[in-house]
Amino acid sequence: MLKIDTVTKSYDTGAQHHRVLQGVSLHLAAGEALALTGESGSGKSTLLHLAAALDGFDSGEITLNGAAYSGLDDRGRAQLRRETLALVFQQFSLVPSLTVGDNILFHARLAGRPDPAWAAEVTRRLGLSDLTGRWPEALSGGQQQRVAIARAIAARPQLLLADEPTGNLDEDTATRVLDLMLELVRETGTALWLVTHSEAVAQRVGRRVHLSGGVLA
Amino acid sequence: MIARLWIVLLVLLAPPAFAQGFAGLGTTAEGFALPDPDTTFDFPQDHLPHEGFRIEWWYLTATLSGADGLDYGLQWTLFRTALGQGADQGWRSPHVWLGHAGMTTPDRHFAAEKIARGGIGQAGVTSGPFDAWIDDWRMLSTDNSLNALRLTAGEGDWGYDVALQAQGPLIAHGAEGYSVKSPTGQASHYYSQPFYTVSGRLNLPEGPVEVTGQAWLDREWSSQPLAEDQSGWDWFSLSFDSGDKLMAFRLRDGGAGFRSGTWITALGEAQPLGDDQIVTTPLAHAQVAGREVPVHWRLEVPSRGVSVEVRALNPQSWMGLSIAYWEGPVQVTGSHTGRGYLEMTGYE
Amino acid sequence: MTRVAWGALISHWRRQPLQLVTLILGLALATALWSAVQAINAEARASYARASEQLATGTQAIIDRPGGGIALATYAQMRRDGWNVAPVLQGRIVLEGRQVTIVGIDVLTHPAAAVTGETPDLTESFLAEGRLFARPDLIARLSGVPDLPPLQANAAVPPGELWTDISVAERLLGQTGQLSHLLVLDPIDAGDLAPGLRLRVEEGNDTVQLTRSFHLNLTAFGFLAFGVGLFIVHGAIGLAFEQRRALFRTLRALGVPLRRLMLVLSIELLGLAVVAGALGLVLGHLVAAALLPDVAATLRGLYGAEVDGALALRPAWVLAGLAMALGGAVVAGTGALAKLRRLPILAGATVVVWAENAGLGSRRQAMAGVALAVLGVIALALFDGLVAGFALLAGLLLGAALCLPLCLSLMLRLGHSAASGPVAQWVWADARAQLPGLSLALMALMLALATNVGVSTMVSSFRLTFTGWLDQRLAAELYVTARDDAQGAEIEAWLAPRVQAVLPIRSAGDRLNGQPATIFGIIEHQTYRDHWPLLQADPAVWARIEAGEGVLINEQLAYRQDLWLGDQVTLAGQSMPVVGVYSDYGNPNPQAIIGMDTLLQLYGDVPNYRFGLRVPPAQVDAVRAELAERFDLPPGGLRANTEVKQVSKAVFENTFVVTGALNALTLGVAGFAILTSLLTLWTSRLPQIAPVWSLGLTRRTIALVELGRSLMLAAFTALIAVPVGLGLAWVLLNVINVEAFGWRLPMFLFPRDWALLTGLALIAAALAAGWPAWRVARVPPAMLLKVFANDR
Repeated sequence: MLKIDTVTKSYDTGAQHHRVLQGVSLHLAAGEALALTGESGSGKSTLLHLAAALDGFDSGEITLNGAAYSGLDDRGRAQLRRETLALVFQQFSLVPSLTVGDNILFHARLAGRPDPAWAAEVTRRLGLSDLTGRWPEALSGGQQQRVAIARAIAARPQLLLADEPTGNLDEDTATRVLDLMLELVRETGTALWLVTHSEAVAQRVGRRVHLSGGVLA
Repeated sequence: MIARLWIVLLVLLAPPAFAQGFAGLGTTAEGFALPDPDTTFDFPQDHLPHEGFRIEWWYLTATLSGADGLDYGLQWTLFRTALGQGADQGWRSPHVWLGHAGMTTPDRHFAAEKIARGGIGQAGVTSGPFDAWIDDWRMLSTDNSLNALRLTAGEGDWGYDVALQAQGPLIAHGAEGYSVKSPTGQASHYYSQPFYTVSGRLNLPEGPVEVTGQAWLDREWSSQPLAEDQSGWDWFSLSFDSGDKLMAFRLRDGGAGFRSGTWITALGEAQPLGDDQIVTTPLAHAQVAGREVPVHWRLEVPSRGVSVEVRALNPQSWMGLSIAYWEGPVQVTGSHTGRGYLEMTGYE
Repeated sequence: MTRVAWGALISHWRRQPLQLVTLILGLALATALWSAVQAINAEARASYARASEQLATGTQAIIDRPGGGIALATYAQMRRDGWNVAPVLQGRIVLEGRQVTIVGIDVLTHPAAAVTGETPDLTESFLAEGRLFARPDLIARLSGVPDLPPLQANAAVPPGELWTDISVAERLLGQTGQLSHLLVLDPIDAGDLAPGLRLRVEEGNDTVQLTRSFHLNLTAFGFLAFGVGLFIVHGAIGLAFEQRRALFRTLRALGVPLRRLMLVLSIELLGLAVVAGALGLVLGHLVAAALLPDVAATLRGLYGAEVDGALALRPAWVLAGLAMALGGAVVAGTGALAKLRRLPILAGATVVVWAENAGLGSRRQAMAGVALAVLGVIALALFDGLVAGFALLAGLLLGAALCLPLCLSLMLRLGHSAASGPVAQWVWADARAQLPGLSLALMALMLALATNVGVSTMVSSFRLTFTGWLDQRLAAELYVTARDDAQGAEIEAWLAPRVQAVLPIRSAGDRLNGQPATIFGIIEHQTYRDHWPLLQADPAVWARIEAGEGVLINEQLAYRQDLWLGDQVTLAGQSMPVVGVYSDYGNPNPQAIIGMDTLLQLYGDVPNYRFGLRVPPAQVDAVRAELAERFDLPPGGLRANTEVKQVSKAVFENTFVVTGALNALTLGVAGFAILTSLLTLWTSRLPQIAPVWSLGLTRRTIALVELGRSLMLAAFTALIAVPVGLGLAWVLLNVINVEAFGWRLPMFLFPRDWALLTGLALIAAALAAGWPAWRVARVPPAMLLKVFANDR
């Protein structure tokens, strides 16, 4: 479903030219779960952002369901993010001006497939039912993270990309949330790709790849 | 008002280019008529203005006794100054008139001033009868002579209204009225009527006082009465109880000064006094308007056996007007007794 | 330590230069508008002061002889009789195609002679060729005129006048031995005057009193502008403090004492205020210089008060402007400093929370707003006069401004609940979230809009009424002013068979309830019955006037003295009932109308040389041409009503040029407030935008949404501003005008103007939001992505 083919990406930080990704190739099938590990600053998040069509790359190609990213304009990428993908960031990914309940429903509605019943279930299973009337700012980091996960799953994406989704959670909760994610992914047939630095998490996901020095191992 | 006049008069009487002598009296006489020793007086014509000369005055002082037993003095003066020559009438007249009025009690002194343009009728001196005025201050005769006058002046809550009657003849000073003012020849035409008796009323702020006494009128005109280096004068007009009278002045300069005077007998005979016949010695000074002014003098005329002390009735007789000077009644003691007026100018 | 603190604080400005510019520019604009108004007022007042100083110190009484001059001999005799009066010979001549007034004085008696020159050299003043004193601008215009005495510039001379000695004036005016009038320097009793002379009080000298209301109007505008500016400054300073919160915490954690920190911040604030104040003064001076000619024209047209067109730099004005800038900064900064005082070292708060907290206060703010408006009403109920009127205005406007955030929030909540799509829902929600950060700017916009609506409604209502009134009042087709009564009689006789009616315009001066007033007499004619603009009238008003049984008074007198139908007015010692009140715009003084017979009976043979002519329209030109040819009329002695109307309307329009300009500037400042608020909110916008973008909205869409939201807020603000503005207009027409000018005007509504203004507000908002929106459209994804990674 997702195919990354010898993608390179570099950043210019002032005078320095920093090559983050140097020819990364990867394939992810529908319904498959994949963990991406790597050192801090190895380019894990960048690779995930590229896959999420959030940023452009220098060379190579990424295709999702056969559509090449390089052929998409801003609108095409936005449509992809809206309708096909879902994202969970490390933090601060909620819309501050919407309540928790509205946030959870937001992506599904943007994608044009709101399913309040499903959203309610996801909310319940993530233990957020009591928080739906609150504002994101009023939540702890862990609660915010779970809202972000609920929002992503409630949108029933074909591909769920998650960047350290359990980074803000204590170990118990992290385990619980991860289990839940995997369960939900299985139930909905969604492909899951998560970035983590946790060995335990990576092991639970099953398939894993390691990014080091800008190339996958 | 005073401040404005001050500015006006500074310019009026002493433009920067001419600022010489007291009140600009030492300015050059260029273009104006000059006193002529050959001139003889022609009365009543000479009571009237001499417009060819630059400056001229009608100057009357009186020593008075009040019904209340106190001594008083009054002054009435009308000056004429020509800023230029020409006989233009109306607003283009070159003459400016200045009136000063003073009234002195033992402990108070009143002074006021008026200024007016010539040519428009606001001030002037005319005949038929003799009439000298500035605004509502007036010296009015019953005829063209100066024998019987009525004198009024005042400002605000003070003033006077007195009648004068001449008891003797007019007196010419110097050489038949040609009065020399310096060794270099500055001179003026100068005559007096020192024989007036006075009766009338002073209006004091607290009420009127009937007064009687004596008065002395000076008439003088010139175009440059002071020499350039003369800075002021001390001028005495004394009436002794004997009936004799003495006019004496000292013009001050950088050196010994210049003295002159006239001895007038009770019968009206005048005898000029020269520079070497008069001795003036200041005895005591008073602090007046921020300056030291001699208000107690010794005056000697050895040739006439005169050695008197002259004391101000009120040492604070300061005429703080646009031209400021000391002018007030004095008391005379010593070889002769009597009363008189003292005028002192140029004390800075 | 202090140096380190300084460095850290100042580095903030280096990284946020835009915020620095905003802060300085906001305060500068506020100071500029305020000081521009002050400069105009000061210049006008100085002109009046100069005029009154010149004409008579401490007294405005003059003696003149109606219908002629005073002989020089009469003057001299009066002086000899002890009158303290000063002579003036005054007349007009045409020099270089411009009428100038020659004022001849006697430098020795005129109380203001010392004013004409530092060295009044008499020899030069009235001997030789003399001297002419005039303002520099007039001198510049006259420099080419041959045969004039030497001109000497003097700023103390009233505009349009040449001051000189009487001797020179006599020569220039070609008359001798005559004076125009005498200034009374010491109080006198009019009964002592010689027959033929009259004592009167110079009416034109009362300019200070008459123009007071005009200047109060301007001052009120200045305050409004400054208030609007303060909103900007308050916002900018508040944000500058909030954004440096983390820095303050760090500095305090590193051991900088709170007092030291506050001191350093205060100094920084004052420094900024001084810079901004100076900039504001420069701007203000430019604005004032641009507006002053119009103000001068207004004052001349409305009150006959001469104001010079040149602007002088006054130290008092500079100090006042700087003080206002510093005061504004202190007012705006005190709150921020107080917050800093309460700031715990460790607590963290983001910009959004700050905004949310501010939002919580909106209810309390609205309550304060309502209280203010109520206080304004109470002020009007308790106190009389213009100041109470302005208190009501201030209460109303400020109150409305304070209520604005709550109103907007309610409107947005309503919109939010009605929104269906997710994007729409987000837009509404986001607008609500953004409201606290924008509310100050929106308040400024609301004030500007409401003032615009109010003032334009007032002006348009006035214009409509005024135009209608002119048509009524100027019913005669031609107006003739003869040179004197003799020529008047000649003209009247000649006209009688040629026109439908000759309506004499005769008047006498009197005092009505202590104020100088003009009393007109009218003959019996249908013209008055058909056209005279009566506000209140006895059913038999005209019959009673003609029968000498009553008096018509103008609205000004009616309001000022509370005289209405049936009340008694005393004219020349005779009491008469008011039988009608008529409107009389553009005239600040009391006026009354009685029957012609009564006028002549009460005031004797008043001059009769002005006439209104009723002529069939087709013959107007012919009669006019014949009149002009047959009689030697003075310049301007023959006027068609169309011309008079034209001039009147021009004066009217001129009156409100300044108001219009200030309005436009205020709106501009409000627009700037929105721009700066949006720009300062910029950094806090990214966390709002990034999640939505990551969820699949393009930056273009988001930018459009940003723009749309600002427009929406502006539109809502305008929606609220219109009723507030109408309230303002009502107060202006029914309270302020009555107090300031003495007339009450009907209010008309001009929905097209509101639409236009709303459009302007939207354009201003669009312009202000355009740049931030453009920045959103162009923001690099990497910058948005940082939001998800960075610890803020």
